[in-house]
Amino acid sequence: MNSVPVIQPAAAACEACPAHNAANLLRLGVNVNDCDYVVALAGNPNTGKSTVFNALTGLRQHTGNWPGKTVTRAEGAYSYGQKRYKIVDLPGTYSLLSTTLDEEVARDFILFGQPDVTVVVVDATRLERNLNLVLQVLEITDRAVLGLNLMDEARRHKLQVDDRRLARDLGIPVVPMSARRGEGIPDLLRTVHEVATGATVCNPHRLQSEPAGLKRAVAQLVAQINAVYPGLPNARWVAMRLLDGDQRIIDAMQRGELGDLALRQNLEPAAQAALEPA
Amino acid sequence: MSTVMPTAEDILAGAETLRWSAGVNFHEQLVEAIYTDAARLTDRAVTRPDSPLRFDFDRTVDKLVTSRWFGFPLMLLMLATVFYITIVGANVPSALISDLLIGIIHPLLKQGSAALGVPFFIDGLLIDGMYLGSAWVVAVMLPPMMIFFPLFTLLEDFGYLPRVAFNLDAIFRKSGAHGKQALTMAMGWGCNAAGVVATRIIDSPRERLIAIITNNFALCNGRWPTQIMIATVFIGVLAPPGWGGLVSALAVVGVAVLGILITFASSFLLSRTVLKGEVSTFSLELPPYRPPRIWQTIYTSIIDRTIIVLWRAVMWALPAGALIWLAGNVNVSGLSIAEHLIQFLNPAGLVLGLNGVILLAYILAIPANEIVIPTVLMLTALSAKMAGVGAGAGVMFDAESDAQLAQLFAAGGWTLLTAVNLMLFSLLHNPCSTTIHTIYKETRSAKWTTVAALMPLLLGFVVTFVVAQLWRLVAAG
Repeated sequence: MNSVPVIQPAAAACEACPAHNAANLLRLGVNVNDCDYVVALAGNPNTGKSTVFNALTGLRQHTGNWPGKTVTRAEGAYSYGQKRYKIVDLPGTYSLLSTTLDEEVARDFILFGQPDVTVVVVDATRLERNLNLVLQVLEITDRAVLGLNLMDEARRHKLQVDDRRLARDLGIPVVPMSARRGEGIPDLLRTVHEVATGATVCNPHRLQSEPAGLKRAVAQLVAQINAVYPGLPNARWVAMRLLDGDQRIIDAMQRGELGDLALRQNLEPAAQAALEPA
Repeated sequence: MSTVMPTAEDILAGAETLRWSAGVNFHEQLVEAIYTDAARLTDRAVTRPDSPLRFDFDRTVDKLVTSRWFGFPLMLLMLATVFYITIVGANVPSALISDLLIGIIHPLLKQGSAALGVPFFIDGLLIDGMYLGSAWVVAVMLPPMMIFFPLFTLLEDFGYLPRVAFNLDAIFRKSGAHGKQALTMAMGWGCNAAGVVATRIIDSPRERLIAIITNNFALCNGRWPTQIMIATVFIGVLAPPGWGGLVSALAVVGVAVLGILITFASSFLLSRTVLKGEVSTFSLELPPYRPPRIWQTIYTSIIDRTIIVLWRAVMWALPAGALIWLAGNVNVSGLSIAEHLIQFLNPAGLVLGLNGVILLAYILAIPANEIVIPTVLMLTALSAKMAGVGAGAGVMFDAESDAQLAQLFAAGGWTLLTAVNLMLFSLLHNPCSTTIHTIYKETRSAKWTTVAALMPLLLGFVVTFVVAQLWRLVAAG
């Protein structure tokens, strides 16, 4: 552990000790009743979402080193700081702009399920590609935490990732972790708790590089959407999808279910069934 | 809702107009904006090593395992090694467990029930039927699974499976199927029901159906033990002493590879006939090699896979053991029910180079492939009426060594042809009921579920029939 540059050796040793977690974390397995907060786990394929999920819930979702392993939503629960959390492990996606079934499961949950916190798990050794998804998630939700996973791999490849600068730039908390070794999990728990309870307020990065014409069009449409659905939290994202001609969002709007869908997904744990092909 | 409708239409109309003002290539502009931001943020946060590493482990290994010339041989070598270790390593613990459960505990139970004066039919049903049935499942399946699953999971953890997919991708596309089908097939090597669910990663419904229908040609957890055992008893003994394990391993690899070839062939046929259409493209990310966490992997693969598969097998073996005991002990016009059924199925079985026992076992094993081997053993003992091996009709017996198994099969009229065709039929028959149910849940189509259930069975009949005829022709000539 002496060669570890990013996490201090002392902290790593503490985290590896079972007593460190035992006091605060109570793994609740599949018992998702009466939860105070809902946490979504998103991220590119094969970044360790299921490993984080298992570490938090004590469940044993099958993990494997290959992309596309989780295709459905898996749910579990834990309790931390006197609050009960439901945690939803979403299928890995590169983007929220396409329409394959597994990507839709992820997108619809973040968009309509309105989780209290969305944890985006990223591969520290492939940060640039992973950030493409993070930026899209940050267009949808304000309350996000970046799980900078596979820091052990980054170290092995002699990469240095400045998590503080990343946190400042993205406007959300960034937690460096090596989930397979259990490093960073206590930090993640605390950070999720702070964001869920509102102790930490995020100020997420919004796209800056889009051309002026596009910016104007989005702004105009957002104004219209806000007039019809006041309080819709992701009007900007909905506007972009409408401009892009996303049929699913257009349908949702035509049927007037854009507002309802949020409600429904929260009430119905098996809402995923509705997303399966007819 | 009615007040919302017109306004929602307004928004859509507004979007329609604005789309033109923003330029037609909205999607590209958006994606480009995202990429630009991501690149800028990454540049600020990541410091790369000044000089590139002299030796890039991942790239070197990838060059080798996905190479044109070494890719496939390495894949076969890897599979053969896994099976070799499994077959050779399972022998000793298998004998130990069977000594304990069947050689020691079973007689004790019998003595106990005799001392208590338990009526023979209860004693028979519980101890000779249910207990022995489950004991057999544990003795036959546990040791190979405890070796095979951790080894396979280690390969998976290391990151080898996507490389297999990479190697197979071109062939899948030539077959008119989706390249990702290689991944769902690899998932099917664990469990076909899981493989069918995994086809959700394929977006085109046409290609997804092909992947679902052909997933059954990937040998699953429940079928590996059948392959391993039959290969050990029949094919391994043909080899010179000391080479048995290797030859058996190669035989199992041969059947697995045959499954892959049949997957290609049937995908090809489906995509040229009832499921015509374009092949979609995709990019497959080769994940980095990660050093597997060995102890963790061994622990979880034993807990998650071995125990679950074993539990499922035992749960089905309990009622099946009872049923077989009853069938072997309830007589109708002088013969037991089981013998009636076996005699009824025997002509059909023999034409296919199998026998009535195997067909009956496969009918009983529709819920779970795991119980094929115990059922076959039990029914063979019954039909061969081997005095002195078991304690009575329909009772499973102590056959701890491969030699004793071979002796039993010989008494049941088995030949090398029976064994080969059983291995083929184990590869080519209907999926288990769990998988069929999953296929229906995923496709919501009774038609495609029926196709997926019956096509492999039909293929199994055809293949075993042809092999049997050719075999007999050669044997006669």
